[in-house]
Amino acid sequence: MEHYNMNLNLKVWRQRNTQAKGSFETYQVKNISSEMSFLEMIDVLNEELIAEGKDPIAFDHDCREGICGMCSLYIDGRPHGPWEQNTTCQLHMRAYKDGDTITIEPWRAGAFPVLKDLMVDRSAFDRIIQAGGFISVNTGNAVDANALPIEKDKADASFAAAACIGCGACVAACKNSSAMLFTSAKVTQLALLPQGAPERKSRALNMIAQMDKEGFGACTNTGACEAVCPKGISLTNIARLNQEYLGAALTAN
Amino acid sequence: MLNAKIPAGPLDKKWTSYKSTCKLVNPANKRKLEIVVVGTGLAGASAAAALGELGYKVKAFCFQDSPRRAHSIAAQGGINAAKNYQNDGDSVYRLFYDTIKGGDYRAREGNVHRLAEVSGAIIDQCVAQGVPFAREYGGLLSNRSFGGTQVQRTFYAAGQTGQQLLLGAYSALERQVALGNVTMYNRHEMLDVVVVDGKARGIIARDLVSGKLERHFGHAVLLCSGGYGNVFYLSTNAMGSNVTAAWKAHRKGAFFGNPCFTQIHPTCIPVSGDHQSKLTLMSESLRNDGRIWVPKKQNDARKAADIPEEERDYYLERRYPAFGNLVPRDVASRAAKERCDAGYGVGSSKQAVFLDYADAIKRYGKIEAGKKGLDHVSEDEIIAMGKEVVKEKYGNLFDMYEKITGENPYETPMRIYPAVHYTMGGLWVDYELMTNVPGLYALGEANFSDHGANRLGASALMQGLADGYFVIPYTLGNYLADDIHTKPLPQDHPAFVEAEKAVADRIQQLMSIKGTKTVESFHKRLGKIMWDKCGMARSEEGLKQAIAEIQQLKKEFWSDVKIPGEINELNPELDKANRVADFIELGELMCVDALNRNESCGGHFREESQTPEGEALRDDANYMYVAAWEYKGDHQWTLHKEALEYEVVKPSQRSYK
Repeated sequence: MEHYNMNLNLKVWRQRNTQAKGSFETYQVKNISSEMSFLEMIDVLNEELIAEGKDPIAFDHDCREGICGMCSLYIDGRPHGPWEQNTTCQLHMRAYKDGDTITIEPWRAGAFPVLKDLMVDRSAFDRIIQAGGFISVNTGNAVDANALPIEKDKADASFAAAACIGCGACVAACKNSSAMLFTSAKVTQLALLPQGAPERKSRALNMIAQMDKEGFGACTNTGACEAVCPKGISLTNIARLNQEYLGAALTAN
Repeated sequence: MLNAKIPAGPLDKKWTSYKSTCKLVNPANKRKLEIVVVGTGLAGASAAAALGELGYKVKAFCFQDSPRRAHSIAAQGGINAAKNYQNDGDSVYRLFYDTIKGGDYRAREGNVHRLAEVSGAIIDQCVAQGVPFAREYGGLLSNRSFGGTQVQRTFYAAGQTGQQLLLGAYSALERQVALGNVTMYNRHEMLDVVVVDGKARGIIARDLVSGKLERHFGHAVLLCSGGYGNVFYLSTNAMGSNVTAAWKAHRKGAFFGNPCFTQIHPTCIPVSGDHQSKLTLMSESLRNDGRIWVPKKQNDARKAADIPEEERDYYLERRYPAFGNLVPRDVASRAAKERCDAGYGVGSSKQAVFLDYADAIKRYGKIEAGKKGLDHVSEDEIIAMGKEVVKEKYGNLFDMYEKITGENPYETPMRIYPAVHYTMGGLWVDYELMTNVPGLYALGEANFSDHGANRLGASALMQGLADGYFVIPYTLGNYLADDIHTKPLPQDHPAFVEAEKAVADRIQQLMSIKGTKTVESFHKRLGKIMWDKCGMARSEEGLKQAIAEIQQLKKEFWSDVKIPGEINELNPELDKANRVADFIELGELMCVDALNRNESCGGHFREESQTPEGEALRDDANYMYVAAWEYKGDHQWTLHKEALEYEVVKPSQRSYK
């Protein structure tokens, strides 16, 4: 790849804490290399801010290789920025050119309150998993792994759903702040496997109930979630969740 | 000499006999016993879940926003288990033997055999949890091979095995949270162990959102806080991975075992500039099918495609014909460094070698053509079919490479170079995973125990889950059975007050330095010292220099670091300063340990100790021991030795030729 340097204008959301009122601040960054990652560009800015005696920008990040799901950022109106099937930490500066202005915001959703600047609280996702995103098997109870053959197609489809990294981009992209793509990915993973069958009904009902309780909105099949999902989690999972939910609700006592 | 408390009896009966005779805690008493678990990766999440299932009152802590973020999630290639599903001659003994040999005869036989024994149950447990491992068309589990073995015993889920295993453990953990057996503390960092009458009785934790310090009692404390590869600044570890929990325990009396044993992974994406914040691993599974080479001519600036076959040096296949591209990590890393140092490196930095998939793509393409009964297919069609197969096996890794480098690895060979990846060293623990401080345990990468001087690929996941699901539920009861009458310490107990004050004073001291240099700048300087002098090759002269430089760096840090913001607020720079201060002290100890160990073994290569062919030369007569270091104050440690006794395996010069 041809390497180049660029100067950029950044409009960044700054908010001292959950209670405080936030606002945009504008920063200039210079000589940014096209080989840098987006978060390394923010690292550079933060080092400058600290040197100037200012407060650096707080943002969530950890693995920086697109798998932990900790990074977020709503970049120019799109979660995780312009690249397809990508996380913010994998976005590289060759996506930009000299003189560009980039707007950076936190995830915006009532169920994800801002903690500081670009960091939000996504513990609502943990609580949705607590409501049923598991198979109730205590350690030591398992039969031999190969005693339970699973059709390859189903195992592969289950894996595709299980690839969800729980970043919350789906919620941030949705005009209703719905968590249906996240919830449906876990329900689908377990519904496709024979191990998941015993708790299939209660899982769908309880996870949906928790989702509503957390204040996530309804799904209106816009598909924005699928379009921005860094792991390509498909909208068909939502169809399956609806089917699971309906089936469970109809047969519930 | 330290006593590891290995049970008596024949090697293959030790664990069975331990389990049958260890003390038990009855269910009514378990409800009264509180366990603190620090870290929620594979070891921590599985331990917290398993102990919650047993009925203990568990409190689990992680510094991330959710336990699902722990860095185990980034493990790619797979998890080993001695299932012998492939009928290729695998057995518990072979997994044990490969691990001992791979570790260059610096691990305990008893621990490693136990690890191999429980490996099969891990796979069973994970499948029962709904972990979607790769399967064959018949519906049964698929395997692949990894470095340092000649059988196929690695279970995997594409290149995301760690993610799937961690999400399995995470879901088990969240289930226990829902049932009220585990209380989860996200965005919390442990900043000290509370010790009363010589026993671990709790921790001081800092809420990273409010900045407030908290006191948490535990009848036992389990550190599952991972490894310390970030001491090198650049590593494949997550940005937040740190040594702080283990280091606080060390300063409170826990011995640190073999700190210099670090693993440099051979296949990572090379460094691209000064701005780089971390390195990215390309899974070892890629060495199953990829071939590693450099040009035969020094300083060859041609593109890979322009270098004809006869001018390529497949140096691993040349030097190690028996294992070829699948030699263990330490051997592969040193071989890459040797070629690059000798001037054969590729890419703009010349610090890289090629990992080439052209042959594998053709081979798989031909197999596909055969399966479909196609006789007259063009070269292009074969390549297209081959790419599809490679995509299914390694697609996410190839995508990751392209995102970072902007190059398409289906068309051009990947450039790779070794990077710090894992630390075999860690807190010293006995057979029961207890440190020398009673009631204080270390599990997973945080302990030193099972991998000797070099870990084999796909064994970290195995060890983390073995410790958490199948070892600690037994060994912890053996300790707590004598502790059922101990009442929880009240919050105002002097030990809590004193420990919290020490933590608060240190934070205050850090904030009041108000110097001129950022935390990041100190971390980078530490990393450079460590990589240059305590990295892939180490020498007496270099290590002595490094120790002096680190001592100087520590002085400078404590007089000139600049930390913005306040104490009682969300302040990531303060969190980082706390961690870097500990890394600096650890870096010195790693150099002290590397200097003491005047032999080469596994990932520890002392330039003074090598064979005429440049292979690592062990010195069993003088160094067949675990070095366990006791903290004695600033820059001072006392060495304790645990002799390694091999009753079953005969240590020999490790050969993969």
